[in-house]
Amino acid sequence: MSTQTDSESFVLLRLAERRFAVAAVDIAELVAPSRVFRFPHQTKEIEGVILRRGRIVPVCDVAARLIGKNLLSRRFYLIAQRRYTTGTEWIALPVTGDCELIFAEMIPASEADLPHVSGWLSHDGDVIEVLNLTALTPGPTTATLVVPADAVQQEALS
Amino acid sequence: MRLPIPAKAHPVQTEQIILFRVSGQLFAVSSASVQEVRSVDTLAGAAKEIAQAGLRKVRHIVQRGEHALYVVNGAMHFGLPPFAPALVFVLRRTRTALLVDGIEKMTTMTRLQALPQAFCNDERDWYRGVTAIDQTVVPVVKPEGFLTPDELFLLDSSLQPKESPTEIAARESALGGLLPQTDIIDDSSASFPQ
Repeated sequence: MSTQTDSESFVLLRLAERRFAVAAVDIAELVAPSRVFRFPHQTKEIEGVILRRGRIVPVCDVAARLIGKNLLSRRFYLIAQRRYTTGTEWIALPVTGDCELIFAEMIPASEADLPHVSGWLSHDGDVIEVLNLTALTPGPTTATLVVPADAVQQEALS
Repeated sequence: MRLPIPAKAHPVQTEQIILFRVSGQLFAVSSASVQEVRSVDTLAGAAKEIAQAGLRKVRHIVQRGEHALYVVNGAMHFGLPPFAPALVFVLRRTRTALLVDGIEKMTTMTRLQALPQAFCNDERDWYRGVTAIDQTVVPVVKPEGFLTPDELFLLDSSLQPKESPTEIAARESALGGLLPQTDIIDDSSASFPQ
């Protein structure tokens, strides 16, 4: 008999009419929208940063890539952990509706799937993409990853 | 009864910074990185226009002893709308004089957070990191990030005196045709990445 121990937990998020899933272990929290601070940069997927629990968290609107249009309204920011070669960092994903924690079995993605799809799950009659945040959100290639030594040092000391 | 000895608090490392604006956008720079702050008016007489700079953000040069300082338009560097700069920051240990709107205030930064890795393009060269000041997030600029080594090379090259065709002909004539004939490649239309 299948039990929840065979399943993994996922957070369902909504972007307009569509739902997507992220592994629950990658989710930090769901927060109300707050002020987005913007400054010049050249990473087009990032629209700015928010301040959350003393951390500066980049806001990445993934709707354009997933549903083909930017979100006109946003209800929450889903704060997720984005994995990098040197560790994990928070990233805020704007969503348009409530999020839901579910248990389901994931079917791993095939080679034919897009890189941002890590698998598929079935829920309430829908087949839902499980997102691979590493492929979906921007990050450095190993060669370009440079963290200023003084920034790391001062963060550690503060 | 013995009271526990209070843990010795670690001194918080702080840094004096200047908050300044370029095209209305707020930035911070370490005070220690700014050698001099001048008004644009006082620099105007000393600045020379660069005839063929090849870089839109650098139009003028200021000679300081043996060194040339390149005057960088902050708005063009960051891709912001044009503005009328009022001040120039001469940045220490660089060859950059930065045009800015003005100084917002001087303050102390207690925490510099590394730029989140989601920012993965040229901004990594522009900023040392970000800091929160009065509930506002401010990027802290990297003084050496305004001109890359390639850009400095391009600017330095543009300052080399060029021979006119008459001078070239005269020099070749003086050599009496001793030099082997070589193909001349006209690269005057070559463009450089900005």
